[in-house]
Amino acid sequence: MRRGHLTIFACTDPETLSGLNWLICYLTTGKHLLFYAAFGTVLLLLAITAPAAMAFGFGGAMAARSRIAPLRWFGKGYIAVVRGVPDIAFFLFFVIALDQGIEYVRHKIKCPDWDQPVRQGSDFLVCQAAKMPLGNSPQWVHESYGFALAVLTFAIVFGAFAANVLFGAMAAVPRGQVETAEAYGMTARQTFWRITVPQMWIYALPGLGNLWMVLIKATPLLFLLGVEDIVYWARELGAAKTPRFTDYPHPDWRMWYFLALLVFYLAFTRVSEIVLARLTRRLSHGQATAGGEAMRRAQA
Amino acid sequence: MIDCLDTIADYGLRSLGYGERLLPRSDFTLCQQVTLIGSGMIWNVYFGLLALISGFGLATVVAVGKASNKRWARKPAEWFIFLFRGSPLFIQFFFGYFLFLSLKQVSPAFDAFASAWAGALVVLFLNTAAYTGEIFYGALQSVPKGDQEAAEAYGLTGWRKFRRITWPTMLRLAWPAYTNEAIFLFHATTLVFFTGFPAVQQKGDALYYASYFADKTFNPFVPYPILAGFFILLTLCIIAIMGAVNRRLNRHLPQAATRRPRLLPQIIR
Repeated sequence: MRRGHLTIFACTDPETLSGLNWLICYLTTGKHLLFYAAFGTVLLLLAITAPAAMAFGFGGAMAARSRIAPLRWFGKGYIAVVRGVPDIAFFLFFVIALDQGIEYVRHKIKCPDWDQPVRQGSDFLVCQAAKMPLGNSPQWVHESYGFALAVLTFAIVFGAFAANVLFGAMAAVPRGQVETAEAYGMTARQTFWRITVPQMWIYALPGLGNLWMVLIKATPLLFLLGVEDIVYWARELGAAKTPRFTDYPHPDWRMWYFLALLVFYLAFTRVSEIVLARLTRRLSHGQATAGGEAMRRAQA
Repeated sequence: MIDCLDTIADYGLRSLGYGERLLPRSDFTLCQQVTLIGSGMIWNVYFGLLALISGFGLATVVAVGKASNKRWARKPAEWFIFLFRGSPLFIQFFFGYFLFLSLKQVSPAFDAFASAWAGALVVLFLNTAAYTGEIFYGALQSVPKGDQEAAEAYGLTGWRKFRRITWPTMLRLAWPAYTNEAIFLFHATTLVFFTGFPAVQQKGDALYYASYFADKTFNPFVPYPILAGFFILLTLCIIAIMGAVNRRLNRHLPQAATRRPRLLPQIIR
C-alpha cells in the first residue's frame, strides 16, 4: 500500500519536499555521497599508515639500538626531533619537502643537461618531464599522488613515535632471555629475530595502543595536506547555501556537520579502546607479567 | 646587523598588531623570518600558559569528581573526560568555532568567543582540563593508603585532609605526566589558526607565519626549521620550570628517588 510515497522520494523537485523526505533527499545528494566516501578515505589512510608507521618505527628502533654509531645517532635523532616539534609543523613541512625532493631526484635523472638552478628566488623549477605527477595526467593521478604523499608524511611522523615505543619494548624483554640465547650460541642477529622480537609485543602493546588512538585523532589533519577528506566536505556542505546555487538552500550548518564528525570520532576511539582491551587480555595470557600473573591466579 | 634591528623593531610585535602593517612580500631575509615567527610565538605562549593555568583548576575538580563514589559527581566527570580525550582537538576547534558563530547570532555576549584569543582559549582550556583530569585521576588512585591512614590518625578529615595530604601527594605523583601534558599543550596551540579561527589582519601564531613564508618562498627548508628551533627552546623552558616545581614538590623525599619528567608518546589530541 501507499506506493505513492515512492514518487515523492524521487528527489526530482526538492522545493515540493518537506520534513523528513526533504532531509532524506538532502542527505543523499551527490556531494553528500562524496562526503560519506571521504570517511572511507580516512579508514584507508589508517589502514595503510598504521603498518607503514610500524615499518618506519621498527627500522628506527633497530637503527637506534645499532652498534654502528652513525646509524645509532640517526635513529635517536629521528626519534628525538620528530617528538620535540609540533607534529602539525612536520606535516606541513614534509608534504612540500617530499614533493620537491621527489621532483628534484627525477629532474636529475630525466634532464641531466639542464643548466639552470632549480631554486630561483621564490620558484622551484624543474623540467617538464620531471613534474610529479606529469602535467597532462588525469585528475585521479593527482589525487592519488597527494594521498600517497600524505600517507608517507603520516608514516614518517608516527614512525618516530612507534620507534620510541618499540625501542622501549625491545629493551624491556627480560635480560635473562637474551643471555640464555647467547649461552646457546645464537648470533646477535638470531637472538634479535628469534628471542627479542617475538617477546617484545606484550611490552609494546600499551604504547602502540596509545599511538593508534593518537593516529585516529590525527586523521583530520589530512585536511591540511590538501586531501578532500571529511573536514573538507563538512566545511563545504555545512556552509550557508542560497537558493541560487543549490536545490537545497539552508543556513550555516557547519556546527552540525562538525558535531557529526565529533560523534564519529568518539565512536571510533571508543570501539578501538574496547578492542585494544581485549587484545591486551589475549596477549597477556601466559606471559610472565603482572597482567598475565593476575589472569593465572584468577583461573587457579 | 642594523637592518636586522630595524626588522625586529618593525615586526617584533607584529603578531599583536604593532609595527609594520604589511607583511614582507618579496626578498625575504632570514632575519625577517626569524623575527616574524618569533613574534608569532607570543600567541603560542599566551594560549598555552593561560589554558594550562586555568585548566589546572578544572582538572583537579574533574579528577576528584571521577574518583568520587557518588554517581552524580562521577558520571559528568567521566563523560567530560571521554568527550575531550576521545575526539581530535582539531575537530573540537572547528566545532567550537562554528558553535560560537551560531551563539553570536543569539547574543552579542558571545562576540569575543568567535575570535581566537577567547574562543580558542576556551577550547584549549576544556581540552587540557580533560587530559590533565585523567592524569590527576590516575595519580589520585595511586596515593598511598598509608598516607591517608596517617592523616586520619592525626585527626585530619574532609577538606583539610585533601588540602594537606591527598592533593600534594597527587600533584607529586602526577607531575612527570603533567609536564608532558604541558609540552604537548604548547604544541597543540599551533592548530588554532588552521581551524577556522581567523587571523585578523594577519595576526597569527608561529606556525601561521612559518606556513606564510613556506607558501611565499615555496621553500619549506628555512621557516619550518626556524619554527622547530623556537619550539625546542620553548620545550626546554617548560622542562626547566616544571622540573623546578617537581623538585619543590619532592623536596621532603630522599633526592635520589625523584623521577625526572620524560617525553611520553601522547602527542596529538
